[in-house]
Amino acid sequence: MVAGLVASDPLAQSWELAPGVALRPEPFGALAYHFGTRRLTFLKTPELATVVRSLGDHPDLRTALAAAHVEPRYWNAYSKALVALADAGMIRPRETSSV
Amino acid sequence: MGQFELGLDAPICLTWELTYACNLSCVHCLSSSGRRDPRELSTAQAEAVIDELQRMQVFYVNIGGGEPTVRPDFWHLLDYSVAHQVGVKFSTNGVRLTPDRASQLARTDYVDVQVSLDGATAQVNDRVRGAGSYVTALRALDNLAEAGFGNAKISVVVTRENAGQLDDFKRLADDRGATLRLTRLRPSGRGADVWDELHPTMAQQRELYSWLLANGENVLTGDSFFHLAGFGESLPGLNLCGAGRVVCLIDPIGDVYACPFAIHENFLAGNVLHDGGFAKVWRESELFTDLRSPQTSGACTKCQHFDACRGGCMAAKFFTGLPLDGPDPECVQGYGEAALAGDRVVPAASQDHSRTAPTKSAPVFVPLGVGPVAPPVHACAESPLAGLALETV
Repeated sequence: MVAGLVASDPLAQSWELAPGVALRPEPFGALAYHFGTRRLTFLKTPELATVVRSLGDHPDLRTALAAAHVEPRYWNAYSKALVALADAGMIRPRETSSV
Repeated sequence: MGQFELGLDAPICLTWELTYACNLSCVHCLSSSGRRDPRELSTAQAEAVIDELQRMQVFYVNIGGGEPTVRPDFWHLLDYSVAHQVGVKFSTNGVRLTPDRASQLARTDYVDVQVSLDGATAQVNDRVRGAGSYVTALRALDNLAEAGFGNAKISVVVTRENAGQLDDFKRLADDRGATLRLTRLRPSGRGADVWDELHPTMAQQRELYSWLLANGENVLTGDSFFHLAGFGESLPGLNLCGAGRVVCLIDPIGDVYACPFAIHENFLAGNVLHDGGFAKVWRESELFTDLRSPQTSGACTKCQHFDACRGGCMAAKFFTGLPLDGPDPECVQGYGEAALAGDRVVPAASQDHSRTAPTKSAPVFVPLGVGPVAPPVHACAESPLAGLALETV
């Protein structure tokens, strides 16, 4: 669990792909594989794959979603998916200079 | 899981048999291994395959054989693969897992080791794997444990003779900090010759199912028992045949088959050297395209358990001579037994790498039960050695 590390609002959190994780594009979205834990996770839409891939380039999830043109009404669903990916060790909160 | 059935840009579970050469001659060998095929991929060709797997982002490869560690370049290819972001899980009978190799493996990231063991006692194991193979496997596992290699796997093919030893296998694994992996006996390769005598009985299948439900969290199965889902609850994993969709096999000469249990010309999709590379075979071969199209499952679709087992294992049906759109030969609802009792023709093997002369330690498998009996003869004509293939020492 990463709950303790995460800001109360995942949308306001900075994220990045965890070390040792690779994303492989697939027709349905992408596969995420963690070389350390050998875990495999399906990202079931191309949009989610795009967002996950770009997490490290944005100051928080909200900005990443906006940049990927995800409509705000879906943001809560994305937020839950990201927390699930964090629980699976695929992404992790990123240290940022601003607290 | 629609995305599985339609296929992926690259396999998730790729098996690569590096060689057909083997120091053992297990009676149920899936690949009928023994002798090296002279056309075996060279080191450079094998490296080119790994390069392509890296480009396709195949995250890891299951390396087997034959006995892969008897290839002189095995340790080089292992390092090469890991250095190219293709993790390695390899299966071995343990013959080359010396303390030095075990230490080397303990220092390498992204390597998993599976040591094959088909009996929790030497008596049960050596009957199918050959004299001395139990001691070899246990010594390899001990070497790994002593070298600090975490979480080796003990890989067991469940048979009629070892199905009662599941708790003993679990203890062997637990004592060495290893994980138990159970897989299904397939009637593939030489397995076709012994399947009738060795495949678990219906009662054993039910016990196995209960055991897996009770212990499943800590035991690996390679998703191989999905036909047991017909008993009720689905077991963890992908409950459908992944052949050509998420799974495939590259053999020692670069031939690509739909799954590790289907080394037969009917399931040959192409060759990595002659058909434009592995990616092209995986993505474009006629066979794999066909396997990814909706399958007809005949009478099985009317069964209330169809969604759970999806008709079972393609290879098990094929090699027992059952139609691919019918029930699995071990269908737990009993439809397989009925099908096996009907007219069927077991297909001839399309290749065999078995040694022509048995080695000193080769198992001489004699069914324990009452098998087909010889025509009645008077008692004094019965030799105690009748019907046995004698070893030449």
